[in-house]
Amino acid sequence: MCQVDEDYIDAQLETKAGLRDCFKEYFVHKFRAMLGKNRLIFPGEKVLLSVSGGPASSALLSQVQEGLSPETPKKLRFVPGIIYVDEGAACGQSLEERGEIKSQLETIFRASGFPFYVVHLEAVFSLPSSVLQCASSASDRRNESYKEAVDGFIQSACSETQRETGQGSNSYTEVQTLLSELSTQEWSGEVGIVTNKSQPFTPEQTEAVRTLLASVKTLTAREELLKTLRQHLILHTARVRGYSKVMMGDSCSRLAVKLLTNISLGRGAFLAMDTGFSDPRYGDIAIVRPMREYSSKEIAFYNRMFKVPSVFTSALDTKAPEKASIHRLTESFISKLQADFPSTVSTIYRTSEKLNTACPRPIADGELTEKCLLCLCALDTGAGERHHSSHS
Amino acid sequence: MPVVCSSCEKKNAVLKRPKTGFSLCKDCFFWAFEEEVHQTISSARLFTAGETVGIGASGGKDSTVLAHVMKVLNERYGYGLDLMLLSVDEGITGYRDDSLETVKRNQQQYDLPLKIVSYQELYGWTMDAIVKQVGLKNNCTFCGVFRRQALDRAAMMLKVDKICTGHNADDVAETVLMNFLRGDIARLRRCTAITTGSEGAIPRCKPLKYAYEKEIVLYAYFKKLDYFSTECVYSPNAYRGHARAFLKDLESIRPSSIVDIIHSGENLSVKEDVKMPVQGICLRCGYISSQKLCKACVLLEGLNRGLPKLGIGKHHKLHHKLLAQEPLTEKEEKKLKAVDF
Repeated sequence: MCQVDEDYIDAQLETKAGLRDCFKEYFVHKFRAMLGKNRLIFPGEKVLLSVSGGPASSALLSQVQEGLSPETPKKLRFVPGIIYVDEGAACGQSLEERGEIKSQLETIFRASGFPFYVVHLEAVFSLPSSVLQCASSASDRRNESYKEAVDGFIQSACSETQRETGQGSNSYTEVQTLLSELSTQEWSGEVGIVTNKSQPFTPEQTEAVRTLLASVKTLTAREELLKTLRQHLILHTARVRGYSKVMMGDSCSRLAVKLLTNISLGRGAFLAMDTGFSDPRYGDIAIVRPMREYSSKEIAFYNRMFKVPSVFTSALDTKAPEKASIHRLTESFISKLQADFPSTVSTIYRTSEKLNTACPRPIADGELTEKCLLCLCALDTGAGERHHSSHS
Repeated sequence: MPVVCSSCEKKNAVLKRPKTGFSLCKDCFFWAFEEEVHQTISSARLFTAGETVGIGASGGKDSTVLAHVMKVLNERYGYGLDLMLLSVDEGITGYRDDSLETVKRNQQQYDLPLKIVSYQELYGWTMDAIVKQVGLKNNCTFCGVFRRQALDRAAMMLKVDKICTGHNADDVAETVLMNFLRGDIARLRRCTAITTGSEGAIPRCKPLKYAYEKEIVLYAYFKKLDYFSTECVYSPNAYRGHARAFLKDLESIRPSSIVDIIHSGENLSVKEDVKMPVQGICLRCGYISSQKLCKACVLLEGLNRGLPKLGIGKHHKLHHKLLAQEPLTEKEEKKLKAVDF
């Protein structure tokens, strides 16, 4: 979907040096404003950056790197880590291709100096069932002011050391540790810094992943399944390694496509959670999307101008025809519409901002509303009587 | 080897249902279609016994099927309704005058009273004259706004209690997509409601809300119903065309997407602090409106003054001037006159 025009960039870069600085300032400011406005990241918090190697998540990594470098005024104050999910098994890549991409990415990750985790799709078979549960420790904090929330967070971080003596119960970290210990098998994610020569997965597992995905009849459903599995892998890694926030690199254009796709799939009730700035459905871990105001064009310009390294990895729908899946169709529809009506993507984005992100309120007798097993959103399958009444 | 109907398993199947993919024989299909409409009507409690119901009839497939099914269900399940046909003549030569002949034939076939109102008598403008002034891009706005009012006025003349229109599932899904693409939050909330209308206005409902357009065509074909099947000549350039093309492609990938979109639209929740328009009345004609002047009055004013862009786009500030009948400044006039063909 990136519509980079080579001539335009070269002319601009060569002649207008001022453009670069202004653009960089604008770009960085947007990122900081996004984080600052929503005030969800606490100082000292561990945040996991999910990087796929694509342009948007590479730009995210580069922004975080810059934001934490010692020369920056008003440094960002959280502790980042990186996670990369290797989906080569799903896309039919050979082991050599996967190793090649992995080493390219590892070079980039090492240069950042943050701890990084490479998780393979084969590891889904050793996920514990706790990924299908929502830890409710965060829901009590809804009405706190930012200051109180930060104080609460720092307290719970301190009480981690007191865990052994039984004090500081109900802390974030305690819940996380309990959840991560529910796995029955060894968690086989690789950790950066330690060189692991042996393969962390077996050919049987790769074959099992392929069979799983091949058993799904339509590409649309396959993409949705892959998305769910990826999300669970990231969630579990975050829990095991003690991260309380995950940053995703979804850009504005990508989100517009996701919105329309979700409407077409019937997920209208959860649009705000799937595409909003913060996704609170897992309770203890919040998914955050700081890149959501950047169009893919802006990201492409930034990456080109400031030489942000990115690695192309093929996905399930690379080179697929336009009508192969709902996602592909929506992407090409929006691109075409954007060409005729340039305000399409930003209008869709503005509409999505007006949608509700509130967690489902508990129903009268004190019990929480039922949730879907796989995506942890409240069930919207109630009979449609209430939608028949006239709205004034 | 002929396929057997999956419902009665006795007769040979003659078609594959677009909604479910099942193979059905003619009678089972008719029964399934009519039964689903009956379910829609009874679960939403659309009508009460003894009401007079006006069916918006254009002579096209949706309204013909609607008239037929309403008549059948009214007798079969004893709704106790008085049905009549309401038709609007927009004044599009080659399209509307032919379809009106079809409506007149429908009236005789179904033996229902008929009332026709025309734009010419209500507003003094036909669609052909409007398109000459406005151009080919924004004329659907004029037609839609005027038609809604025309239908209400016809209903008031006949003293009906409810109006029902032949909007099908594809229409509702297209509307949801279009409103989303256009960022129209207020309409997004209302467009999936099966009954619309509020205090003082005649309620309008859509009994065919969950019926696929393809199934309506199949029903009309197999029942050999008399309908008029040409597209409006001015519609290809409308924005809705994009949403429709997208919807058709979606349907080919996954047939259930149409009802999935309607389901999404029904479950959208909007933040409480989003500004919503408040309903009031038009100060000139007394029709319901969220601004000082209703859209039809603004559009008419624009047409009468030779300023076709008045009403397209945001001109709330000019409503004062229009009401007070002050002349507009030259700068404003220039902006409103520009028309692109």
